[in-house]
Amino acid sequence: MSRELTGVLPELEVIRKDFPILSRTVSGGHPLVYLDSANTSQKPQVVIDTMVDHLERHNANVARAMHQLGAEASEAFEDARDKVAAFIKAPSRDEVVFTKNATEALNLVANTFAWAEGELSIGAGDEVLITEMEHHSNIVPWQLLTQRKGATLRWFGLTDDGRLDLSNIDELINERTKVVSLTWVSNMLGTINPVAEIARRAHEVGAIVVVDASQAAPQLPVDVVASGADLLAFTGHKVVGPTGIGVLWGRKSLLDQLPPFHGGGEMIETVTMERSTYAKAPHRFEAGTPPIVEAVGLGAAVDYLTHIGLENIHLHEQAITGYALEGLATIPGLTVLGPLDATQRGGAISFEIDGVHPHDIAQVLDARGVAVRAGHHCAKPAHARFGVQSSTRMSSYLYTTPAEIDALVEGLEYTRSYFKLD
Amino acid sequence: MSPSASTDLDALYQEIILDHYKNPLHKGLREPFEAEVHHVNPTCGDEVTLRVHLADEDGVLTVADVSYDSVGCSISQASASVMADLIIGKPVEEAMAIHESFLTLMQGKGTVEPDEDVLEDGIAFAGVAKFPARVKCALLSWMAWKDATATSMEESK
Repeated sequence: MSRELTGVLPELEVIRKDFPILSRTVSGGHPLVYLDSANTSQKPQVVIDTMVDHLERHNANVARAMHQLGAEASEAFEDARDKVAAFIKAPSRDEVVFTKNATEALNLVANTFAWAEGELSIGAGDEVLITEMEHHSNIVPWQLLTQRKGATLRWFGLTDDGRLDLSNIDELINERTKVVSLTWVSNMLGTINPVAEIARRAHEVGAIVVVDASQAAPQLPVDVVASGADLLAFTGHKVVGPTGIGVLWGRKSLLDQLPPFHGGGEMIETVTMERSTYAKAPHRFEAGTPPIVEAVGLGAAVDYLTHIGLENIHLHEQAITGYALEGLATIPGLTVLGPLDATQRGGAISFEIDGVHPHDIAQVLDARGVAVRAGHHCAKPAHARFGVQSSTRMSSYLYTTPAEIDALVEGLEYTRSYFKLD
Repeated sequence: MSPSASTDLDALYQEIILDHYKNPLHKGLREPFEAEVHHVNPTCGDEVTLRVHLADEDGVLTVADVSYDSVGCSISQASASVMADLIIGKPVEEAMAIHESFLTLMQGKGTVEPDEDVLEDGIAFAGVAKFPARVKCALLSWMAWKDATATSMEESK
């Protein structure tokens, strides 16, 4: 049975009412127990309403249309940029670039580095440093970059308890290191990495620091300057916003040094048939009609999270994660992949159960209305590091209740009995 | 649990499937073989390495052996076991017809009535067809077998 947990959001029941999907039933009448928020978060009514209102009343293209609706749409879009800038404490709104998602933001960075000239250029003898716990979206773009430019890709390994192995940091971060790109919070292991400390070391050798904040932005207060990042990416749909919108934040001076990514409308100053000159950031990186209503929805989403308070959400996640780790520890044959101290990790917990494949676990849980993710969670190297092919992952968020964790634990007990493991 | 969800779950996890999962038949890579393939399900990471040995038996090209090594969920593992047991010893032409019949069953979204005379234990997978996300699990080793057999036949030409 669940008990009163310290740190759980005091108005949890009110918050849950903000998310209409949480009141629906699935799998033949079971209340939905949504424990897949690291995959995508659910959306509060205010985000849905804001997007509907924008489409119903203010829809027009941005920055091009010389009419009232165009002005309203542009204002809504640029207001969203202000809201995102405030959410991540960006020193300037011009440092906030809207992308399609975090993957596109990271690819934007890796591609523009491939095209950069001068001090940002990367070539033979240079090194790009990542980690073994990255999501594929923070591995593959760097593989492509280093392969195309003849540079070397290196990575931090992992300790047995799922942390970065920093024992060889002096060797890994060296005068050849041009870029250090790492995740703030692991989507598989839940580990919170010492980003600021690694950034400090990277800056000592003049390397650029890229931070994948896809899992951090939903649950930790983000201050881009304090984080030590030079560039930081996250996606809208994991911070209760819509899909189709992501964010790249970059130091203004660095963004202005990077060459354009996509060429097209709105990223130029002037175009002739022979050549073009380019707008400054952020517009330099926003070619074509952007995801307007998605940006507006993201603005409402970060306002919603700010209203509840990221510190409070972080405490809630820690409380729920701690409670879940306790519950999971009662399941025979269950092994958690990643740190076991809730204060040192985010709200995604991947685990294995001896004798049942993750797909089968997820299937049985689904039949009871419990939604989790099963597979490699786009982190195959991290799974390989722990000698597993795949895992089951539960991930909580600000709307997760202790009772939902109880439902997961009961579901796992049932799964073991269903597959006759006792 | 509600009746429909538990019924569907029981339809998916037939006893035959769980038996094959716990005690897979013909598992392990063996010699001789003409072709070896490696197939993966990129969404979940299930993998199978599968070998096919074809032999001429009284003028009929026959599946003399199917051996495999695999990792994955109960559905993909049981499916490999059922397939190998069903197909080993069958003429290639008949085995291809069985393959086709299994494929039709899997792609039928639960509307296809399986033919037990053709599919034997394979009919246990009828319930899988109602779970679109699991159809690829059931088909992984069958697709690998077809691929390996086609390669074997190319080799022997």
